[in-house]
Amino acid sequence: MTRSRGILVFGGLILAAFGMLYGLHYALFVEHQTLDHMGGTLTQAFALAADRNTPRSTSALEAYSSTKYDYVRQVDAHSHWIGLAMIMVVIGLAFDRVNFSEAFRAVIAFSLLVGGTLFPLAVLLQTYHHGAVMFKALAVASSGLVIAALTAAALGFARPSASA
Amino acid sequence: MPPQQQTERQAMATLAKSPLLFSTFAPMSARRLYLFGGVGLIAAGMLFGDVFAVFVLHQNAGQQGAALIDASRAVASGNAAVSNESFVRLGTLLEDRGTKVDAHVHMVDAGYLALILALVQPYVALSRPTKKALAGLFILGGMLLPIGIFLIHYVGLAYSPFAVIGWASVLADAAGALLIVVLVVQAWGYWKYLATRELTEPVLLAENSMPSRALLTGGTLLVLLGFLHGAYYAGALLYRHEEMETDILKRMLGAASQGNLTMATSEVNNFGMLAGARAVNIAAHSHIIEFGLLAILLSFVQPYVFLSEKWKRRWVQVLLGGSVILPVFVLLELKFGLLAGGIADVGGLAVVIALIGMMVGILRYAGSLDATESRA
Repeated sequence: MTRSRGILVFGGLILAAFGMLYGLHYALFVEHQTLDHMGGTLTQAFALAADRNTPRSTSALEAYSSTKYDYVRQVDAHSHWIGLAMIMVVIGLAFDRVNFSEAFRAVIAFSLLVGGTLFPLAVLLQTYHHGAVMFKALAVASSGLVIAALTAAALGFARPSASA
Repeated sequence: MPPQQQTERQAMATLAKSPLLFSTFAPMSARRLYLFGGVGLIAAGMLFGDVFAVFVLHQNAGQQGAALIDASRAVASGNAAVSNESFVRLGTLLEDRGTKVDAHVHMVDAGYLALILALVQPYVALSRPTKKALAGLFILGGMLLPIGIFLIHYVGLAYSPFAVIGWASVLADAAGALLIVVLVVQAWGYWKYLATRELTEPVLLAENSMPSRALLTGGTLLVLLGFLHGAYYAGALLYRHEEMETDILKRMLGAASQGNLTMATSEVNNFGMLAGARAVNIAAHSHIIEFGLLAILLSFVQPYVFLSEKWKRRWVQVLLGGSVILPVFVLLELKFGLLAGGIADVGGLAVVIALIGMMVGILRYAGSLDATESRA
């Protein structure tokens, strides 16, 4: 197995296992509480509005929005870690057909691994500091790395091999 | 028969008799089970998704809107109990929708995993009967998991000895556990392979044909497009949509509290439109990436599609075409409504038809291989 293929297949498998472990931890200890809180605060906002208690209704609505902000990003981090890992493994299986030099293929593979690890991490970190510019920038940079690596891989697949 | 067609048939017959090809695709082997089971699960899951999109999705969204309007009316009349009841109804509707989406996603994903397992079998150091039994169990789990998820909404807690878990959930969890067990045993087999580094069977043949290259390149481009769209959505729309949702809910509650039901209903409609905008963006993003993965996976099995080059190319074009049509027209649903939705469904159907076309080619290949073997 070439180095680039190894980075993608084994890196992808480790990333998938990490994403699943995070998902297991999340499902067991966080998700139900988060969903209960989300549904509860929205129902409460309506019930309090019916009781004409506007300040508490608004505060319940804001609690709902904040919880949903976290929930969306926590689930996105989990699904993107596993999704990117699957893409890495599947592309890795065919990576010898990327018609570039092995050194360049290793750069593409490493970029996918780094981007695929950091992008969901940056999304997850946003739940600790809502709207933090640094984490947004990290998400943009790491997703850019994945996009560049995928573009290079697509070009490599399309390029006819010298032996063909 | 035209001479070109005759030559193609002869070439395919020679190909089918190749001992190397035979050894990579032995009768009733684990690889065959994974391949047929995987393509079958993906096709069935996509067909279910198409039926769901046509007959359930929009109707369910309408009922969710009606439940929210009822909740707003309850707020206007100062009746907190009725408001809570409306949210219970909303929860039931969300469960109905959610379990169907989950059944669709899990069936397709189990199919993808089966195709990946078909590819990695040479690196799993287990005996042939064990591999075959594992493949049978995996396909069984892949079928039962979505069936269990689908039934959760209908079975509920009927005859269940548990406080919150129904029999359908038990079925789904058991099937999920079966899949995990199979994957763990496969990982153990891979661990054993690492000790010797000896392949237990030949790897699937690599083909540098046009259909294979088109699927690899097209698949990677689809994944790339999905990523670009996801980046655009996250950068330009996600935060705006989150702010809009809070603002709409605030206005909805404010209007209902003041007894302005017309404005509250209008905000419920805005809420529905926003939920629709989010749903189509997420659906387009996830579908285009999944179709990309499917195309890449199918590029590996092209040497085993026993069809003429012309038909192989046709199915590749139909598959890639459908893979672009579905997500693009799902996005256009916001502007063009049901017309775009209908075209998106046709795109999904094109992917299913192409998949079945390729499966017929693999079945023909398996049949001719088995017939050659039995005559020898």
